[in-house]
Amino acid sequence: MNNRIKNAFASKQNLLNLYFTAGYPGLHDTLPLAKALVAAGADILEIGMPFSDPLADGPVIQRSSSAALANGMNLPVLFGQLQELRAAVPETPVLLMGYLNPVLQYGMEAFLKKAAEVGVDGLILPDLPLDEYEEMYHPLFQKYGLKAVFLVTPQTSEARIRRLDALSEAFLYLVSGPGTTGGTTLPDVEAQQEYFQRISAMNLKNPRLIGFGIADKTGFDRACEHADGAIIGSALIRALEDTDDAPATAARFVQGIKHA
Amino acid sequence: MTPSYQQPTARGYYGEFGGAFIPEMLYPNVEELRTRYLEILADPDFQIDLQHLLRDYVGRPTPLFEAKRLSERYGTRVFLKREDLCHTGAHKINNTVGQILLAQRLGKKRIIAETGAGQHGVATATVCALMGLPCVVYMGATDIERQAPNVARMRLLGAEVRAVTSGSQTLKDATNEAIRDWIANPVDTHYIIGSVVGPHPYPDLVARLQAVISEEMRTQLLEKTGTELPDFVVACVGGGSNAAGAFYHFLDEPSVRLIAVEAAGHGIHSGHSAATSVLGTPGIIHGSRTLLMQDEHGQITEPYSLSAGLDYPGIGPLHAHLGASGRAEFIAITDDDALKAVSELSRLEGIIPALETAHALAALGQLGAGPNDVVVVNLSGRGDKDLETYLKNMDKII
Ligand SMILES: Cc1ncc(COP(=O)(O)O)c(C=O)c1O
Repeated sequence: MNNRIKNAFASKQNLLNLYFTAGYPGLHDTLPLAKALVAAGADILEIGMPFSDPLADGPVIQRSSSAALANGMNLPVLFGQLQELRAAVPETPVLLMGYLNPVLQYGMEAFLKKAAEVGVDGLILPDLPLDEYEEMYHPLFQKYGLKAVFLVTPQTSEARIRRLDALSEAFLYLVSGPGTTGGTTLPDVEAQQEYFQRISAMNLKNPRLIGFGIADKTGFDRACEHADGAIIGSALIRALEDTDDAPATAARFVQGIKHA
Repeated sequence: MTPSYQQPTARGYYGEFGGAFIPEMLYPNVEELRTRYLEILADPDFQIDLQHLLRDYVGRPTPLFEAKRLSERYGTRVFLKREDLCHTGAHKINNTVGQILLAQRLGKKRIIAETGAGQHGVATATVCALMGLPCVVYMGATDIERQAPNVARMRLLGAEVRAVTSGSQTLKDATNEAIRDWIANPVDTHYIIGSVVGPHPYPDLVARLQAVISEEMRTQLLEKTGTELPDFVVACVGGGSNAAGAFYHFLDEPSVRLIAVEAAGHGIHSGHSAATSVLGTPGIIHGSRTLLMQDEHGQITEPYSLSAGLDYPGIGPLHAHLGASGRAEFIAITDDDALKAVSELSRLEGIIPALETAHALAALGQLGAGPNDVVVVNLSGRGDKDLETYLKNMDKII
């Protein structure tokens, strides 16, 4: 099977992974946004499955999630959109990010099967406990060829990072500091450097992307000094909040990060 | 030997309910608590401090009062466990006293909490004042409006009350916001959760701290009735902490019928209800697998109850298990029937109950209890905080 995630990390450096919420700003914006982002230089797409109670998300993604749900987004609708999306961007890795409850209501195996069918490459389910993943779901992920992406924080112990690294076949998602997505507090740069360097020195098997609170080119470039790239979400969503032309705004946003 | 209902498994499961479904950002916090709570609770110094505070500060043991006129009205023997007489006016402080001592032993310097009716927020603000720790309480904007006296009390006690404007602006949303605060403050902050909800070990921790209610009941019943075991224990369930405390030492006594009373709001199937045991299906809320109200796509739906403390779309995993296994029976009471129970207790016994508690009282007529049966109702709180609601609904009360 074509391992798009592996290919992306093997063939490129300083990868830009963009998060956006499915069905936002309009229900049918998912596909045009994805096309515009990829055409402008996005290396990985992380598509948010909106949830009513997104515990790990800050206000911007909370708002986009509520709006997407109000627009009528749900998993059956999203899977329909993803089918077209895969045809439109055949080589770009697509990850789904979301909370466990909607997935469990759909049925974990049915969800994995459908996700694989429509060309999803990997999943980020932040509230899926590692023990349960390892015992119950890892074999199912493998059966359907889906890669799990795990979050690492400055507080995650070395032993646990090694376990996460062993269980993942995609990349590790380094959360830049304490806080929910879009975190606005200025990071303690020294502590952050120490954290990124500590993890670089571990010689993990997976590549690493840094995310949370990265908003612009400066932040992206700084993250790339310490990892294989970065993830940007809230800043993109914020740009989409007041625009009439979401794809054009998204494209400009990516150009501003990658080519400015 | 049949397994005990009291203890969850090592991973925090009661039957198929419980666990810890948390993002990695919360893992170190929750793990620290999970690995330390039992050892700290069992520590003799901790117990000395806890017993001292429960006695001299909270005012325990709370009385078990035989309600003669209420008994006559329902043709059975009704006892009231007077948690309304605890300092701050509800059972909530049993938990906050224990958790603040735990937080100190974990070296935490800042306390956060969520609150619905404001009773848990007040109980948390109170122990923070006592220990000199800064306190932030998250409260839904809707609840800030309907429980104004408790907001004033929290502020007077030095706590910062942060209004939550997401979702239905009630307890669920306040809990989300408290969890987000904990994510942003992973080292110095302890989250004092207010009910037997949340990721393991919270349901077990809070149940253990509230278990003093049923421990006292057994001693008091022996004194007053000649036997430690009643026929019924009745308690209201929001998240389920006062019920967990009232049931705890009877969970493994099958002769005792455990009655959990939920809020039916305008009626169970009216679309405006918080009767989770009927309307809920298994899913994950606030880090726990339990019964919750959700739509077909797994989006959590908005509950409704006139009572801010019962306005929650889930129940603790212990209660989900007690319901699924048949160990506890669930009854749902409407706003209007709860309001009637407020006036009944006020006029028959001279006790004005909290609106949450009134739901438990309103279930008395549905128990089928006989004249020789002993029924204990857990009187979880007093009604001062609800006076404005009672005034607005005087036509329904009288
Ligand atoms: C007096 C009283 N009883 C009951 C409750 C419901 O909580 P729980 O189900 O955790 O006891 C509350 C919550 O605010 C309360 O204030």
